[in-house]
Amino acid sequence: MLTKRASLKLATAFAALMIAGGAQAAEKLRLLTWADYAPAEVVQQFTKETGIEVEITLSNNEEMISKLRATQGAGFDLVQPSQDRIAGPQQEFGIYKPLDLAKLKSDLFIASMLEATKKNTTVDGKVYGVPHIWGTDGLVVNTKAAPSVADYPDLCSQAVAGKASFRAKRPTLIAFAFANGMDPFAAYKDQKEYAALMEKVGAKLAECKKNVKFFWDGKDQLLNALRSGEVVAAMAWDTGGWKLNSENPDIKFVAPKSGALGWVDTFAIPAKGRNDDAAYKWINFNMRPEIAAKVAASAGNFTASNGADKLMQGKLKDQFAESFPKAAIDNIKWYPAVPAGIEEIEGKVLDRLKAGS
Amino acid sequence: MMPARKLALFLLLAPAVLWLGLLILLPHVEILILSFSERVGPRVYAFGLGNYLEFFTEPLYWRTFARTAVMSILVTALTLVLAFPIALYIARVAQGRLKAMLLLLCLLPFWVSELVRTLGWMMLLRETGLISYLLQRVGLASQPVEMLYNDGAVILGLVYGGLLFMIVPLANALESLEPSVVEAGYDLGGSRWTVLRRIVIPHATPGIVAGSIIVFMLTVGNFATPVLLGGKNGLWFTEQIYAQFITRFNWPQGAAFGMLLLVLSSVIVWLGLRLSGQSLGTTLRQA
Repeated sequence: MLTKRASLKLATAFAALMIAGGAQAAEKLRLLTWADYAPAEVVQQFTKETGIEVEITLSNNEEMISKLRATQGAGFDLVQPSQDRIAGPQQEFGIYKPLDLAKLKSDLFIASMLEATKKNTTVDGKVYGVPHIWGTDGLVVNTKAAPSVADYPDLCSQAVAGKASFRAKRPTLIAFAFANGMDPFAAYKDQKEYAALMEKVGAKLAECKKNVKFFWDGKDQLLNALRSGEVVAAMAWDTGGWKLNSENPDIKFVAPKSGALGWVDTFAIPAKGRNDDAAYKWINFNMRPEIAAKVAASAGNFTASNGADKLMQGKLKDQFAESFPKAAIDNIKWYPAVPAGIEEIEGKVLDRLKAGS
Repeated sequence: MMPARKLALFLLLAPAVLWLGLLILLPHVEILILSFSERVGPRVYAFGLGNYLEFFTEPLYWRTFARTAVMSILVTALTLVLAFPIALYIARVAQGRLKAMLLLLCLLPFWVSELVRTLGWMMLLRETGLISYLLQRVGLASQPVEMLYNDGAVILGLVYGGLLFMIVPLANALESLEPSVVEAGYDLGGSRWTVLRRIVIPHATPGIVAGSIIVFMLTVGNFATPVLLGGKNGLWFTEQIYAQFITRFNWPQGAAFGMLLLVLSSVIVWLGLRLSGQSLGTTLRQA
């Protein structure tokens, strides 16, 4: 059955190839991004202004990198991996192209965020990424059913036995490391030390596993379980928490005591992108405050565009203020670039966690 | 005349040869080569057996495979037990339109994709799902019952998915059984059980083996069902392959796992054939 499906895909790919070969006329931007980062309204406006059509493929960090790796960086003109997932994969697989910063209007970005992202995505003196959307990972808690949950280890407490959830992915490892008094980011530079640290985190999570309803994978799966009450506390993105908060005020996004994890999704250009001009146009267009505000509202997150926050709707601002008092903002742990080799160590710990009994 | 006939033969065979060559053989050769490369440093790879050694030295991986294999055998056995009476009824009892109708009913669920069928099971089995609700309504349960995310749910989903592939070869095999032979069995004083055991089952063996091979291979290589229905403790071997390729960016390791899955499950099928005394040739004719 799989081979049949594969052959069908191949046939479609061939057909697409032929169409693409025949219809070079209409300019196209092939964008690989996250759900809700390119709302239809914004895409239509872009096409109207520039005449460039946007072809959108939705994905996540790992799949983006895997897709680009399979083609050595071909197939897309613009991608949006998180800022910590650029330098490592670039060293390892060479899937991105250095950015020509002269083509970007840098005053459209929040200056500090632009500088931090540039620094984190620099390989051999060349910059590979600029910031777009940012947010945090923390706890989504049904405060009525589980009022005691305030930090990651509380997911392992008796109070939420069988009704907690987190992902079997690297943010969970990082979060539990911080919560148990370790500093995983400081250990990045020494693989041996990092492996030892991760072993400890893996053991903690293995103990916690009995509490977990399921390791969530897709956002909708988790949100549904939280809505129905099957899960009452989970480690998840702030945006999911605020979305549920709008439906049910009992459900809140809580910035954990040991610190929410801050991520920044970027714009990066694949090594074999065919339409860099369109890519730069899309970036500059997207960073305009009024456009950025629309995208931020659609994604339910915040933007690196300078001035867009003034145009944002009130609700998200209030929710942010409730989840993040001043101290919690200062306590956000921003991901530094992941060095090559680190993910292999984490991979094994996660494999054991998932398979182990 | 001859060259034209040769050309015609060549053209007729071309799709099959291309199919086998381009879509089956070539990717496997590439996977095989890939599985022998080891990462030395960024963008530097060397030839080595390390990926295979990893499978045998890291208990996590071979245990996952052993678990997958054992559960697949269990699924195959359960499917056989469930499918046999159905196939027997379709082949021996049902006539004409009823027969076509019954086969159609078996086929019907396969008109929707595997993913949709699995999601259907999720809706039925989840804590806030239909079955849990009904159990509470009739008073058999006092609180929501979770039937999802465990090995039982995975086995249920896989048996459901494999049923058709067992029924068809079985019904084929049973159809060729002469009614007079069965009657003779009764005439000679055989009980129903004896007739079944000594006449019907031996006659159906090629069908049983063919169905079992298909169901076993489909089950061992399944991805969606174990991922969706399985729980936090159950990892299917295909999930390990996916994880290596997609989330760990470790293609050589994933390739080695892929080759191991192919070889080890082939060995299991070969053992099954040896134990049941069947040859691959007769089995394939049944399937």
